Amino acid sequence: MILDSAPRLAPEAARTRVARWRSAFPILEETIHGRTLAYLDNAATTQKPQVVIDAVSGFYARDNANVHRGVHTLSQRATAAFEAARATIQRFLHAAAPEQIVFVRGATEAINLVAQSFVRPRVRPGDEILVSMLEHHSNIVPWQQVCEQTGAVLRVVPIDETGEFQYAAFERLLNARTRMVAVSHVSNALGSVTDVARVIAAAHGQGIPVLVDGAQAIAHVAVDMEALDCDFYAFSGHKCYGPTGIGVLYGKRRHLEAMPPWQGGGDMVREVSFERTEYMPPPARFEAGTPDIAGAIGLGVAIEFLQASGLEAIAEHERALLDYATAAMAGVPGLRIVGTARAKASILSFVLDGIHPHDIGTTLDHEGVALRTGHHCAMPALRRLGVLPGGTTRASFACYNTFDEIDRLVEGVRLAQRTFR
Amino acid sequence: MTAPADGAARDLYHPLILEHCRRPRNFRVPAGARRIRADNPLCGDQIDVYLDIAGGTVRDIAFDGVGCAVARASASLMTEAIMGRGLPYGRRLLDAFRRLVESPEGAPDDPDLGELAVFADLRHFPARRQCALLAWNALDEAVREPGADTA
Repeated sequence: MILDSAPRLAPEAARTRVARWRSAFPILEETIHGRTLAYLDNAATTQKPQVVIDAVSGFYARDNANVHRGVHTLSQRATAAFEAARATIQRFLHAAAPEQIVFVRGATEAINLVAQSFVRPRVRPGDEILVSMLEHHSNIVPWQQVCEQTGAVLRVVPIDETGEFQYAAFERLLNARTRMVAVSHVSNALGSVTDVARVIAAAHGQGIPVLVDGAQAIAHVAVDMEALDCDFYAFSGHKCYGPTGIGVLYGKRRHLEAMPPWQGGGDMVREVSFERTEYMPPPARFEAGTPDIAGAIGLGVAIEFLQASGLEAIAEHERALLDYATAAMAGVPGLRIVGTARAKASILSFVLDGIHPHDIGTTLDHEGVALRTGHHCAMPALRRLGVLPGGTTRASFACYNTFDEIDRLVEGVRLAQRTFR
Repeated sequence: MTAPADGAARDLYHPLILEHCRRPRNFRVPAGARRIRADNPLCGDQIDVYLDIAGGTVRDIAFDGVGCAVARASASLMTEAIMGRGLPYGRRLLDAFRRLVESPEGAPDDPDLGELAVFADLRHFPARRQCALLAWNALDEAVREPGADTA
């Protein structure tokens, strides 16, 4: 959670700190249409610090070999680095054991794995799977597929007009047929932070397991698997300064051990004959085939970057950016902020009267400001807030963003208003 | 009509495009016309094109729905270009417009395109091509199906 009690830095110290963070990201020196890049599309993917780029290229330059099988030196080096990354992630998540960290392609694959391997075998026609209206499509569609396959029913926790998860309605929806709860920690479209500890406590009160989609939280909100007691936590490397194509599923050990493999192949078996195949224990059971070794190593380094920078310090900076941007945008006539939940992190979605988000996005791009427009793969949430079709324009912040960049965002919005009115 | 490789936003938003965005032509729902819906899965935009075709001629064409400036202006200019024309002309114009926005730089613009040539700079905005093609995709469905000429 965001620490309101975190010590506030003096402005000068805060500027120095952001300058140090910025200097780690070479892409921030790019110019776009003649302007210095202002990258405000961090909810889609974050930029990569040089240490992550170096870890990926350094692996290929010096250590490249397959993992878990060779006896030669390079294979041992690759295996050691790959498993060290797993241990780094374990410590970062406060997970009890590295075996609880399964490398996957991203949050989407993690959720699909749980849907198919954990939930699908446990549900019968009429059983219920509970998601919220805030979810990214990747935490909706895998559950719809399980429902189609099994006859289970998808139930939806409503949100209010501010984009806030409705806890009382959630508790009413929990019942004896509920088999799984899957909720996002931070909404990627609106920035709403859901009190997942409260959700987990209520679900566990009725013996129902909970998956938390942490894709949009992991770089912004400190998490502790032991304290949270969630059954599964999913996130993508590329949204926390790591490479694309790598992500993590955290699972409780007893769940992972009870789950059948999802994909078959090499690296996940102990012994294979045509009569019988014996599977490896977790996490190898779920990591069939050669994994994204360089990606995992890069993700480990990205997590080290987060730890060295201090997630609380980053969250404090992003909170200041969000407050500043919210106040600045409130002063623009004809602008409406979409998503005004009390607890928010790093995301500002908005609409402008009479101007389509695409046109705002192209206008801002030509001012060097990168942000996202459209439905953000969260159509139910945007429909509920009355901004579909069309969607919103979304600015999303990371450690390296500055108040100057938000000023450029506001200037760009005013430019779009002058152009299209 | 050529713009630098990283054409400025003003090159995409030609004054004619802005004018048609603000004041789209044939932006209405005609009674009794056939409706064809086109949507852009990237943004969720939807445009409905209404067509009244008789004897192989477009007697009426209109549109409504939600779209960006590019989508609205493209739909508006399309209705003006197609109104009262024969279906073979509509098909030819559709192909010419697709070539205009999808072709590599330097491809000759079809003289039939007339004012639609203002969309030539979309070549530099690949992420926006689908916006310009939205209404045309609906037209495509109508004019290519068997029996369209005699409807």
